[in-house]
Amino acid sequence: MVKFNKFTLDNGLRVIVHEDNTTPMAVLNILYDVGARDENPEQTGFAHLFEHLMFGGSVNIPSYDEPLQRVGGENNAFTSNDITNYYITLPSANIETAFWLESDRMLSLAFSEKSLEVQRNVVIEEFKQRYLNQPYGDVWLKLRPLVYKQHSYRWATIGKTIKHIEDARIEDVKAFFKKHYNPQNAIMVVGGNVTLEQVKQLSEKWFAPIPAGEKYHRNLPQEPEQHEERRETVTAKVPLNDVYIAFQMGARLDDDYYVVELLSDVLSRGNSSRLYRSLVQDRQIFSEVHAYITSSLDKGMFVLEGKPLENVSIEQAEAALWEELEKVKNEEIPADELTKVQNKTESTMVFSEMSLLDKAMNLASFELLGDANMLNHETAKYLEVTTGQIKDVANKIFRKDNSSTLVYLAEKTEAALA
Amino acid sequence: MIDRKLAPDFKAIENIKLIKPEHTRLDNGCNVYCFNSGDQELVRIEWIFSNLRFNADKPLLNMAVNTMLTEGTSTLTAAQIADQIDFYGAFLQVDYGYENSQVTLYSLNKHLHHTLPVIMDILTGSVFPEKELETFKRNQQQKLQVSLQKNDIVARRDFNKAIYGNTIYGLGASFDNYKSLDRNDMLAHFKQMYQPSNCSLVIAGKIEPETLTLIKDTFDKGWTNGDTLADTTQPELQAAKELFYLTEKPDALQSAIRIGLPVINRNHPDFQSLQVLNTVLGGYFGSRLMANIREDKGYTYGIGSGLSSFKQGGAFFIATEVGADVCKSALTEIEKEINLLKTELIPDDELSLVRNYMLGSLLGSLENVFSHADKFKSIYFAGLDYDYYDRYASTVKNVTAEKLLELANTYFNFDQFYKVIVGKY
Repeated sequence: MVKFNKFTLDNGLRVIVHEDNTTPMAVLNILYDVGARDENPEQTGFAHLFEHLMFGGSVNIPSYDEPLQRVGGENNAFTSNDITNYYITLPSANIETAFWLESDRMLSLAFSEKSLEVQRNVVIEEFKQRYLNQPYGDVWLKLRPLVYKQHSYRWATIGKTIKHIEDARIEDVKAFFKKHYNPQNAIMVVGGNVTLEQVKQLSEKWFAPIPAGEKYHRNLPQEPEQHEERRETVTAKVPLNDVYIAFQMGARLDDDYYVVELLSDVLSRGNSSRLYRSLVQDRQIFSEVHAYITSSLDKGMFVLEGKPLENVSIEQAEAALWEELEKVKNEEIPADELTKVQNKTESTMVFSEMSLLDKAMNLASFELLGDANMLNHETAKYLEVTTGQIKDVANKIFRKDNSSTLVYLAEKTEAALA
Repeated sequence: MIDRKLAPDFKAIENIKLIKPEHTRLDNGCNVYCFNSGDQELVRIEWIFSNLRFNADKPLLNMAVNTMLTEGTSTLTAAQIADQIDFYGAFLQVDYGYENSQVTLYSLNKHLHHTLPVIMDILTGSVFPEKELETFKRNQQQKLQVSLQKNDIVARRDFNKAIYGNTIYGLGASFDNYKSLDRNDMLAHFKQMYQPSNCSLVIAGKIEPETLTLIKDTFDKGWTNGDTLADTTQPELQAAKELFYLTEKPDALQSAIRIGLPVINRNHPDFQSLQVLNTVLGGYFGSRLMANIREDKGYTYGIGSGLSSFKQGGAFFIATEVGADVCKSALTEIEKEINLLKTELIPDDELSLVRNYMLGSLLGSLENVFSHADKFKSIYFAGLDYDYYDRYASTVKNVTAEKLLELANTYFNFDQFYKVIVGKY
């Protein structure tokens, strides 16, 4: 149980306070309701590039990191297809510094040309390091456009191409800020060794004067249901063959979300899971195999991935994956197997309460979904799932004509044979 | 109107309080350290064993034995072990380190009577079944193929080999090392290493009296020592003569750089001051290396430096991945930053920022009772006591710019750095 209080400033900023006096630290987490899905198809990668620019100085404070480090704080941020999230942890005695820094960059950035130029280069290097200069690093650049034809999930947060990042101009940066970075589009969580009264007072002082700005009304083309099998094969300089099968699944707020997540656990969570036991241990088809869901706010992906052993063909590997999927479609899983993944989920929720930052991020995410208190009802929703529901969603999702298969074929080089 | 240009007042960080453990010793020689705190009804239990002496002819034994502890015992199959742990919502991990290897259990207290017997079975009756061993060898070799395509991993392997030599610290496993793993060697290794007199048990979480009784009952009575003591000494580190290593990758978009040299370890009186110097150079987001090479030049997504400390010695290193066309320029800039530390005093303003940052980091690293146990393990296995942290805080607060300049001249000679490049140079 994560206790909290909530209030909203006149400018629309939602504030959640989680008091935890077992720690000498405090966390200030701000979630902005903007992600890569909100980008223009011709300017992809912008939300993430923008996240970097948020550290390039704000209207009244030339350096963001320096004053924070000076009071013993640390910070970081991440961008996903759905959201952009910024967080600070610091000794709670110095919490006001976090309010000062975060409110100034919500007020306005410095919009420095130098910062834009450098961060373009940094992000281009990030693009290379994580997506291009790694074996299989470009998988999401290929898989997303296979699964999504209409929705803006068809590109990855890093963007479609390096060119979009190179082309970013300061006017675009300003327009993006105006559209998305204002109190109405943000949720702030303050947690740790703080009091509700203190957070109210500091929020009024630092955030209340920020103009409300314009509310962004999201209106994205939704992805139509898939009714044809899709497939792409690439030959690449990778050491081993690799196969991905992605299915469209529902959105985060759909009723069967919890069922689908437990289905992915049945298939792939831990060494007692079906895919590991059957395909890695018993039948020795794969050296590794995984199943997971993307938990997207709009229609998500259910992904299977495996690297077949070298004596196994791609066809055999795919067939073996489908056999496992057919099993969960045709037979209800034993009650004990469901209890097992439910127990695991329950204990994971208890363990996540050990981390202040996790609690703060979770509260912000659930508030974005509609109500922070959903966090405290999550476990119950997983525990309500039945074996019949698991079988039903397996039949709904695991259809050939709902699948997108991406195969990497290893181009044999001398290095790979060494 | 508030003045937004003016930073709020802030307070210095004082009184960092560490939770110290309750110690008991079981009759079989196993030392138990308890950290009792927290609101959640759960515990983390770690069984930590010192690795056996490195054998260059059979270099993977410490790693393979540890990794395969979950793969079957004389009474439980790998599948049964996984089922039993997963069914009760627990998490079982095995972790191999250079000096120690361990088994970790995260469990809700209410399920300990189901989960502890599984650990007992693993620690006393692991058999490394032939079939699972073959799977392990094959899958590890497949993973190695992927790792060897990653420039940063290759750079780390080459660097460790150069500065630590043919020791457990310098080992980069080869395909042949996996192929030659032998089950009988593993059984013998297991028997000598995983015995109570070579085990430290660290428990953190909400420890009720009955929890402790259950743990003691399980791991004292039925767990006995073998005939031979574990030999946990390690060979001396031996750095190579050659300083420069280049692996060319004609298609590389980025080059991985890893440079540095052997230095003092945690037990040396200068170590904590050297940690301050390292932080200034490359130990935090605002460091000189980040400010210059990422934030000013845009050559990289990230660059950092660090200190490794082992029983036998330690090392200082700088690691990054930079655009392939700017590899030489990046190295030139790194050299400039090193030389600056040797010739100019660190300005007061920067040093005071680093002091506060490091103290804040120490405070922030004490997130929950698990972190307090981790702090204990760092000193305990280095043979140090809690004074270490008092000295750390006092060094961070008081070390002078003159002392740091002297240390830079003592320890950071760029010409003596080992330099590993993977990519283009």
